[in-house]
Amino acid sequence: MSNATSHTGMTAPLRELGRAGLFLLTAFSRMRFGPRQLAEILRQVYFAGVRSLVIIVICGFFVGLVLTLQTYDTLTRFGAADAVSTVLALSLFRELGPVLAALLFAGRAGTSITAEIGLMRATEQLDALDLMAIDPMERIVQPRLLAGLIALPALVLIFNLTAIVGGIFFAVFLMGSDPISFWANMQSSVELMRDFGGGMFKSVCFGFVAAWLAVWFGWSARPTSEGVALATTQTVIATAIAVLVLDFILSAFML
Amino acid sequence: MKSSHQIELTAGIFLLLAIAALVFLALHATDRGVVSGESYEVTARFSNVGGLTPRATVSMGGVAIGMVEAIELDPETFEARVTMRISRAYDNLPDDTSASILTSGILGDQYVGLEPGGSPEVLQDGDRILITSSAMVLEQLISRYMFNSEDGQGEE
Amino acid sequence: MTESSDIAISLKRVTVRLGGRTILEDLDLDIPAGQVTAVMGPSGAGKTTVLRLVTGQLKPDSGEVWIGETRVDQLGGKALGRLRRNIGVLLQNGALFTDLTSFDNVALPLREHTRLSESLIRRIVLMKLEMVGLRGAAQLYPSELSGGMKRRVATARAMALDPGIMFYDEPFAGLDPISLGVSLRLIRDINAALGTTSVVITHDVREVAKLADHACIIADRKLVATGTPDELAASADPLVRQFMQGEPDGPVPFHYPARALDEELMRRGEGR
Repeated sequence: MSNATSHTGMTAPLRELGRAGLFLLTAFSRMRFGPRQLAEILRQVYFAGVRSLVIIVICGFFVGLVLTLQTYDTLTRFGAADAVSTVLALSLFRELGPVLAALLFAGRAGTSITAEIGLMRATEQLDALDLMAIDPMERIVQPRLLAGLIALPALVLIFNLTAIVGGIFFAVFLMGSDPISFWANMQSSVELMRDFGGGMFKSVCFGFVAAWLAVWFGWSARPTSEGVALATTQTVIATAIAVLVLDFILSAFML
Repeated sequence: MKSSHQIELTAGIFLLLAIAALVFLALHATDRGVVSGESYEVTARFSNVGGLTPRATVSMGGVAIGMVEAIELDPETFEARVTMRISRAYDNLPDDTSASILTSGILGDQYVGLEPGGSPEVLQDGDRILITSSAMVLEQLISRYMFNSEDGQGEE
Repeated sequence: MTESSDIAISLKRVTVRLGGRTILEDLDLDIPAGQVTAVMGPSGAGKTTVLRLVTGQLKPDSGEVWIGETRVDQLGGKALGRLRRNIGVLLQNGALFTDLTSFDNVALPLREHTRLSESLIRRIVLMKLEMVGLRGAAQLYPSELSGGMKRRVATARAMALDPGIMFYDEPFAGLDPISLGVSLRLIRDINAALGTTSVVITHDVREVAKLADHACIIADRKLVATGTPDELAASADPLVRQFMQGEPDGPVPFHYPARALDEELMRRGEGR
């Protein structure tokens, strides 16, 4: 499509945004569902989700560990060590889970989607699809968009769970807190719809944005090895910025 | 390269795992709110609600039976009107039940504690609890202790 | 002009401009049905543009593009999709899908565009792979194939739907002599066996002489010569001779419309 436009002047980023938006509209306007499309979405969930699982689990565990360590230390000064599970669960569900998982997702899955589509462009695979009367939007773009939408919330859930496991590991096994009061405090202070549901809503939004940007930068990459390398970098930068800005906007609306 | 069957299977397991995490976290890490099913509303007036907030617990005998729906100031009497939503499971509370604003622990959250009376009549949806006792405000307690003043019995 | 029934593809007074540059200007080109036609010309002369015009990927700025009785440049959406199913294209490096095996690559257009049962698709795919001599490589991924083999698998994929027209875009570029011989024979075989109209886009004059029934030379934005390879070889036209013989020094500016070199040098001299 449009790879050869000069990036000059102040309007260049705006035009880029406009093209990315039109691209998204086109992708959704040609949405078609069938058994083969669903199987392809599931395949992409594998590539985007399952392959990010290791990094998500490891990072989740350590985030839970360090978060508990820090809050435990602070809260014991005020004699409120009981509240550690509240702080852990609230900060995870509302902010850290969706944001950190989205950033990790951009680094692991987003870059590989961008590189894959960029290479397809460079090696004429997208042209070949077009010439076979197979719509690359439907065949390549849509499954990856929808897979991101599904995979990131799933990863956020697993991230949150492992982070809580990390928190329990620190608080209960290392510091000797009472596991029952740990759960009870968490339960009584976390609200299902507002805290947990709000966080899940965020992660759906982040998954959508991360997949969109990854697919777009791959699609619009210059068909050379330098172009693909640049596009993967752009994916990480743009996703990080977009996720954090969006996080602020969503949080402001939800509170 | 994995075969497409293995890929689909792994993706399926992954999604199942995520759903399990969802169910587990939703059930065990969050407060679904006491009032998830059918419920009814009662109101009560307090001269001072202290730090009571919407969604605070309403409990009787230490058991959570509902939550605070809204807190408004009555523009005529200048009293705080607290609307509480109570689970239908407890629809047989006597109509002379009393309500007080209490604190869990020294620094804990404030909640509404109900104390049953002895009336045969039961509270209906929209009824008002007449006997209330306001929140203890720390400054008032201290000043009462220090000046040993006789005004303010706590009950209005 | 010959009878339209003998003409598979016809470009009429086609002009294409891309990014302010005129690629083709008032080009008239007829490609006969059922034969192997070579479209030749120097690099950058617009040969690949002809391919993109015929497949409808590119709309001409003016002029008409016909395939049989269909006017390609006015088609859109579904009609264009139907048209493309009847055109097989071998792109320069094959453009196989890297995450699919050879078998699945060839099966893709069948699965996408037909409702054939999986066992029937299997038969067709194996037959096509047999035709290009790579049935044994059915379960290999493109990364495990050599460049020449990739193009053969891609050829099998291009003819999976038994198209009426086959395009080969630079099929000989970068092939070793053996692969080259294989490709030449393959194009002839496919043409003979399936009766397809074959269009070979190339600048390889020597191979064209062995392969094509019919050849045309595009240079300088228009059709320069057309005829059988022998006719072209025997042509008295100095331009055609230069191209066919590969003479480095010829009478006509093949490269890019430019002022004569000495004239330009004179101008610079004047400017000083």
